[in-house]
Amino acid sequence: MKLTYDEEQDLLAATARDFFTASTPIERIRKLRDAKDPVGFSRDVWKKMADLGFTASVLPEEYGGMGLGFTELCIVLEEAGRKLAPEPLVSTLLLGAQALLLGGTAEQKRQYLPKIASGDAIVTVAWQERAGRFDPMAVTTTAERTPGGARLTGEKIDVLDAGAADALVVSARGAEGITLFVVDPRAKGVHVQRQSRIDSRGSAVVRLDGALVREDAVVGRAGQGLEVLSAVLDRACVGLSAEMLGGATQAFEDTVSYLKTRKQFDVPIGSFQALQHRAARLFIELTLARAAVLGAARTVDEEPANLPRMASLAKARASDAFLHVANEAVQMHGGIGVTDEFHIGFYLKRARVAELTFGDAAWHRRRWATLGGY
Amino acid sequence: MSDLEAFRASIRDFIEKNAPKSLVGTRYGKFSGYWGGRKASPEPDVLAWFQAALARGLTAPTWPKEYGGGGLSREEGQIFDEELEIRRLPPPLVGVGLTMIGPTLLDYGTEEQKKEHLPAIVRGEIRWAQGYSEPGAGSDLAGLSTRAVRDGDHFVIDGQKTWTTYADRSDWIFVLVRTNTAVKKQLGITFLLVDMATPGVSTRPIDLISGWSPFCETFFDGVRVPARNVVGPVDGGWTVAKALLGYERSMVGEAMSGEVAGAEAKLAARARRALGAPAGPLPDEGMRQEIAQVAMDSSAFLLALEKLRQTMSAGHKPGAESSTLKIIGSDLKQRRWDLGVRIAGPEGLGWEGPEYDPEDLAATREWLRSRANTIEGGTSEIQLNIIAKQVLGLGGGK
Repeated sequence: MKLTYDEEQDLLAATARDFFTASTPIERIRKLRDAKDPVGFSRDVWKKMADLGFTASVLPEEYGGMGLGFTELCIVLEEAGRKLAPEPLVSTLLLGAQALLLGGTAEQKRQYLPKIASGDAIVTVAWQERAGRFDPMAVTTTAERTPGGARLTGEKIDVLDAGAADALVVSARGAEGITLFVVDPRAKGVHVQRQSRIDSRGSAVVRLDGALVREDAVVGRAGQGLEVLSAVLDRACVGLSAEMLGGATQAFEDTVSYLKTRKQFDVPIGSFQALQHRAARLFIELTLARAAVLGAARTVDEEPANLPRMASLAKARASDAFLHVANEAVQMHGGIGVTDEFHIGFYLKRARVAELTFGDAAWHRRRWATLGGY
Repeated sequence: MSDLEAFRASIRDFIEKNAPKSLVGTRYGKFSGYWGGRKASPEPDVLAWFQAALARGLTAPTWPKEYGGGGLSREEGQIFDEELEIRRLPPPLVGVGLTMIGPTLLDYGTEEQKKEHLPAIVRGEIRWAQGYSEPGAGSDLAGLSTRAVRDGDHFVIDGQKTWTTYADRSDWIFVLVRTNTAVKKQLGITFLLVDMATPGVSTRPIDLISGWSPFCETFFDGVRVPARNVVGPVDGGWTVAKALLGYERSMVGEAMSGEVAGAEAKLAARARRALGAPAGPLPDEGMRQEIAQVAMDSSAFLLALEKLRQTMSAGHKPGAESSTLKIIGSDLKQRRWDLGVRIAGPEGLGWEGPEYDPEDLAATREWLRSRANTIEGGTSEIQLNIIAKQVLGLGGGK
């Protein structure tokens, strides 16, 4: 398994880094937060990302995509993560697009994927509920058969970018087990209530109050929901881990610069061995996280049978690393680190949210052990 | 078929025909490969494998042919190693000569030194030991005080080296000696090659807390060494010494990889035995989490090691990455054996004797042995200094 980038991948990383550096100063994140922006990201920036091919890269060419690998998507996610760009990469490329790609009918793919590729559609997945933490099987939302379709009742939380979505993919339990349905967020009986989370990204509670969907809203086949959802969440774990790796790396680099410039006792605080060794430990942790993320991204395309374990490996490593780096980043910045005026706190908040998205490290270790048969 | 594919096919054929079946799967056992030297007494199959590889130029696959090496490209060398790894076969030749002093001589040795020493390593005739640390110079290696004084065309060495791994089984030793006390300590060190049969060289093993004695003390009492055995300039040995440490650390990282790879299944089996739980999820969630954590970190470590291997085969020399991997590998090894002993509970407390399971006894000895992993080859603290300075650019500290 190749764990280094080729020239084109290096070029993509450089392009993405330039783009997010120019388009996403920390002030943009702060403004979106302070304005209580209903969407939580910039449609203009999203469109520009589409122009650069970021939204099309991983999608097949027959649906307007570029047919590149998951590694290329992770490269973009990592660079977006460095600058905390809140655009709907996770909701739309990792969740919505993958759900339709892996489980959708030909018609559903034709309807949504080209628009996702061109940056004209936001599609997200509503799978999580208030009880059950990260378990995709913990579904109490019901799907009752109706003539010509189904009636959905229940509540989903942390639905990423639901406020901006053109379509929601919703998991619900019916006679056949768990099924995924494509739901129009503006339909009758669908209520989207924006949540105000610590990272101020667009997430929402979606209440389904007997919302009616047609037969053709079923993603793939009835009862196939869990299988599709598990595969989607594995990929989402890998992609989110790449984003987290970017965030952790940036927070780490900012902290190392601070250690070189901040003076106390007439010397840079980075000359103190107590801080040098802690910084070196963070570097080591990032080395492990990077190896895990690179390996997991390749696994998506090259060894799909091994993906569940590799996805858990990446997510556990990235979660531990990002939290550790962010906590240390705040501590090493001292007083200014805990002010809202300074940017490093944004990384801590994102680290916590990302950790508790798609399962934290302990959850993935348990899953790893289960998959390993012990 | 590309050239590399054809090469792989020919290597497979060679291995199938020549590797003794008894060695398959023994790659990561103790003393698995052939260490060579005048005092060697290898198992017949180990010797047969070595001799077959020697005849094919595969004991030092990537060294230049003129010094007895196989003359293979990096890619070809990697293919040979991959094919061995797949079968868990030990390399035909292992040791300090092949992995440390050999590469160093290729970079810094004189033509005469290369011709004298490299073919003898390739042919397994000479086993090398490392003479770096001293009782008074551990982490502060440059503070070493073993002296060498010029006497005509010889240097005369007096002093003591310690942690000289398997010096009692070695034929030659490379030593760092002080040749100048009037300058900054790093600038007065010379790198010397010493035949251990020279009068005045003596050695004795050091017993470790594990009960094993892989290390020795080596004494130099008026030892006369020809001046042509100086590697690099007189007083300029520190640069050579540091280059060699880079090779040592990457080797240490490599050496950790095998043990780390098999840990998960062994720990899980141990937990099943200790908990009396032959099947299903382990009934102790804390233990499960700890095993998974060691296993997952091991997987990430192996990926990081593989990534370094790939950048190295693209021509990159290992720098501070070796320090990073050394820390990760040694930490993992310690965590693995520490957990192994704790899983066994009271059965993990045995030192020796028939009251204990041999596997438990071995694991407990490994736990004690592993405490040295974060000390030998440069302590973890020294590695952290290297990362802080060379990678992060944090200066000023000691």
